[in-house]
Amino acid sequence: MALDSLVPAEESEQASPATAKPDIPKRTESFVFGIPQNGLQQKEREVPLDEPPPLPSNAELAYIGKPTERYDGPAKVMGKGKYTADVNLPGMLYARLVDATIPHGRIVSIDTSAAEKLQGVRGVHVIEHVYGIAELRDSKQEAPSRYPVVRYAGQPIAGIAATSHQIADDAAKLVKVQYDEMPFVVDRSDARAEDAPMVFPGPADAAGSAGGGGGPKGVPQKGNVHGPQRKNVGDVEKGFAEADVIVEGEYFTQVQTHSALETHGFVVDWKPEEVTVYASTQGTSSVRDEFAEVFKLPKSKVRVITEYMGGGFGAKFGAGNEGVIAATLSQKAHAPVKLMLDRRQEHIVSNRPDSHQTLKIGAKRDGTLTAIHLTSYGTAGVGTGAGTAGPATNMYKCPNLLTDEYDVFVNAGPGAAFRAPGHPQGCFAFEQAIDELAVKLNMDPLTFREKIDESPARKAERQVILERTNWRNRRAAGSDSGPIKRGMGLAQSVWYRLVSMDSSCEVRVSRDGSVELMSAVQDLGTGTKTMLAIIVAEEFGIPPSSVVIRIGDTRFPIGPDSGGSVTAGSITPAARNAAYQAKQKLFAAIAPQFGTTADNLTVQNGSIAFKNDASRSYTLKQVTAKLPTAEISARATRAAEYSKERITYGGVDYVELAVDTETGRVHIEKVFGAHDCGRPINPLGVISQINGGILQGISYALFEQRIMDRNAGHMLNANLENYKILGAREVPQIDIVLVENYIAQSSTDAAGIGESAGIITLAAAIGNAFYNATGVRMRKIPMTPANVLSALGKVQEVQA
Amino acid sequence: MADIPKTKFSRRGFLKGASVSAATTVIESASALARETKDSLYHDRSVGPDPLAVKLFINGHEHSVMIEPRYTLAETLRDNLGLTGTKVVCDRGSCSACTIWIDKTPALACMTLAIDAVGRQITTIEGLSHGDTMHPVQAAFVKHDAMQCGFCTPGMVMSCAALLERNPNPHLDDVKHAVSGNLCRCGTYPKVFAATLDVAEQRRQTAGLVSLVVGREA
Repeated sequence: MALDSLVPAEESEQASPATAKPDIPKRTESFVFGIPQNGLQQKEREVPLDEPPPLPSNAELAYIGKPTERYDGPAKVMGKGKYTADVNLPGMLYARLVDATIPHGRIVSIDTSAAEKLQGVRGVHVIEHVYGIAELRDSKQEAPSRYPVVRYAGQPIAGIAATSHQIADDAAKLVKVQYDEMPFVVDRSDARAEDAPMVFPGPADAAGSAGGGGGPKGVPQKGNVHGPQRKNVGDVEKGFAEADVIVEGEYFTQVQTHSALETHGFVVDWKPEEVTVYASTQGTSSVRDEFAEVFKLPKSKVRVITEYMGGGFGAKFGAGNEGVIAATLSQKAHAPVKLMLDRRQEHIVSNRPDSHQTLKIGAKRDGTLTAIHLTSYGTAGVGTGAGTAGPATNMYKCPNLLTDEYDVFVNAGPGAAFRAPGHPQGCFAFEQAIDELAVKLNMDPLTFREKIDESPARKAERQVILERTNWRNRRAAGSDSGPIKRGMGLAQSVWYRLVSMDSSCEVRVSRDGSVELMSAVQDLGTGTKTMLAIIVAEEFGIPPSSVVIRIGDTRFPIGPDSGGSVTAGSITPAARNAAYQAKQKLFAAIAPQFGTTADNLTVQNGSIAFKNDASRSYTLKQVTAKLPTAEISARATRAAEYSKERITYGGVDYVELAVDTETGRVHIEKVFGAHDCGRPINPLGVISQINGGILQGISYALFEQRIMDRNAGHMLNANLENYKILGAREVPQIDIVLVENYIAQSSTDAAGIGESAGIITLAAAIGNAFYNATGVRMRKIPMTPANVLSALGKVQEVQA
Repeated sequence: MADIPKTKFSRRGFLKGASVSAATTVIESASALARETKDSLYHDRSVGPDPLAVKLFINGHEHSVMIEPRYTLAETLRDNLGLTGTKVVCDRGSCSACTIWIDKTPALACMTLAIDAVGRQITTIEGLSHGDTMHPVQAAFVKHDAMQCGFCTPGMVMSCAALLERNPNPHLDDVKHAVSGNLCRCGTYPKVFAATLDVAEQRRQTAGLVSLVVGREA
């Protein structure tokens, strides 16, 4: 997993002393620390002089931590939010991709003449370079060609712009491509064979996207097998020798596609003075940077706008093939061009890699872990990033650990970061093996985790599960005598505090009392706008709904890309710092007019009050009316993390289910999730994300699976009627509890929840509940009736 | 589908059937379908492939638009009329993101040809609110945070509002049934259920108050 681009700021500073900043003057502050239900403590931290004073716990705040309606909710429910797919510019052309119809081969010729002649066609562009897939370390291993080698069915070849998308569709069908076909392989285990067709003729590496998820570079490669990336701590052989109990098993997970409802897409308006890019992206900055790089433009001449975007889940960063093609067509046709992928292309362009994991864990009689050994093979198609070792490496302390993660190339679309890359796969195996160990040790699985888990947050979360669920009434595995068997299980997740220093905001206060915040950061549906409004509102004592939030535009101060749960923890301190500094400037400007000094003014109970005279208080409007200038503003970035501790977050999810052992159907009845994310800013939005993670996790565990045609090399179910994702009828009862967890790391102490929110744990929790119901261990997902009946020994295993 | 009138079976007729039945219950779709097929202005006329001028009655207003006969209603709303609140996700009738109402019956705009909507009353998400005043279902979606990325939201709102039109007293299962075709990848369903049931509850309470008042007067 290449999350290196998002390492905590202080670590990256240490890693490159040449760029280390000189010591900033600091002061010491006392911060609230710990988990409220365990009793809060204070922790002293050194903070930069210009940081605002520490926030108290949420219980003492007006807006932070209180459920707040989504800032752009009305626009979304009334159909007024303009997504990239909705952008219609005067004279705009519609573009369509022409993509490869074979899984592997060289392009001999491309004839676009018929398409060019079609009335309404304004531009045709045949691409020279494919983005987003691994590249040969030594390009000389392949004979040069004017066209890129086709390595997967659906790989983009050309783009066509026309006056309507129907004409673009018609024109795309008229493009004739002649191929020199080559042998291909689309199945992970087939691709590992020594005589398997080679996807790349030599070692190849992929760049990780800004959301992480890329595999390591420069590791050994044999045939299609790239790796291993090895982590080795202690001595696993010695560890297993010391173990009283050992569990060992093989686990299989499938390829899941992101299936964002808004497909990848761009509207590009290429003008000589500036290129304006409307992008459905999780990273306005990464899009701008890639456009600047590809087209050799200064970043200042590329403007990226993402007002609304319809889901990304880790797959939407950078310009990508669609962006580059749209831009080239706009440049050629001298008109704005919209290029949205169609649904089939969307399924092909990105996915969560599959896995085949062999996992062995040893423990002493008292439960102490002695050794973990994981070997995993997974395919990200023509990309890398199929590692699964995150949970095994980071959840529990174990003195001896050996993990080998291999990527297997196949002729299929590239994998991309997908909510907690690697973790749902890894957790499915790891948290089931932990349960299996508990069974062998004759310990309750929750009690066993109490023994081996050092995380105070997860300890509090397990306590919530114990108090609020049916866990204490858990029966022995396979207790039901009838065909319907019920059970319960739980699993835990781990994720990391990742912070981007490219997080800045400007806050502007006008004489009429209006307050606005500007930042390039984008909102991909997680509620960034609302969160920022809350932060500014708290500082000025005004309702969040009265703060104007302008984000998703690179004309504003730079914001972080939203991947790895990085946004909340990165941008909220910048927002608070900017709001605080703007407030200080406001106080300084108006204090003389009120006959006092700035330090005598404060925000109290929604008003601006005198500290030395309780009878005097004013509304923000009354105060700003006295501003000597029309507006004041402050721009701030976030400071480096206050301490260098390695912080992790996690959740504990509990599942009750029923297994119909005659039909093989698994029915999830209840889910209870307890989660932490530092200081929750808007519990309403945080809970929405956890709901979503839980449901995506159930969908992954039970339904979703990319199916490749072994003989033709195409994805067979690249649409939403055959690629099954969870719908309304499959939603169980869900209860969620947020555990506040103050760690004193920034001026807001907030963190994201996108990764650890259920998506990691659910397949494992369902696996554990399945075992509790049936006494049979489910080692393969999705848990379709065929896979369930085969695990129960009722039918032979079905190859899918 | 048993009630398809015995006229010439055409691709258009088939698409209409698919569009209406995918978004609503069978009983309502059958009657709507019967009306629609019988009345379609272009049903027995050969049109296209060139563009033709059609009039569409959308959200209480008539719109004249030049379209090719092959344009779907979703394309026409979005590309020709700028009504982009209707979203296209799967473009083949399996996700319900493009749910609109035709004569108050939910239908899929991606599976309806625009020329087949001529003479019908079309309601889109833009027509559900009055100016800045949200429809109660829209307001409840905001209150309950029944959206994340929001791309499925207009279609989801249209399905839920239609449910309450035909069943003011729904149970949770009714709501699940009403949105069973509406996919949400962010996983917002529980809040969609809560929002819709909340509107029904508010209406029950309001209705209860009215009858109390009436009772006192009597």
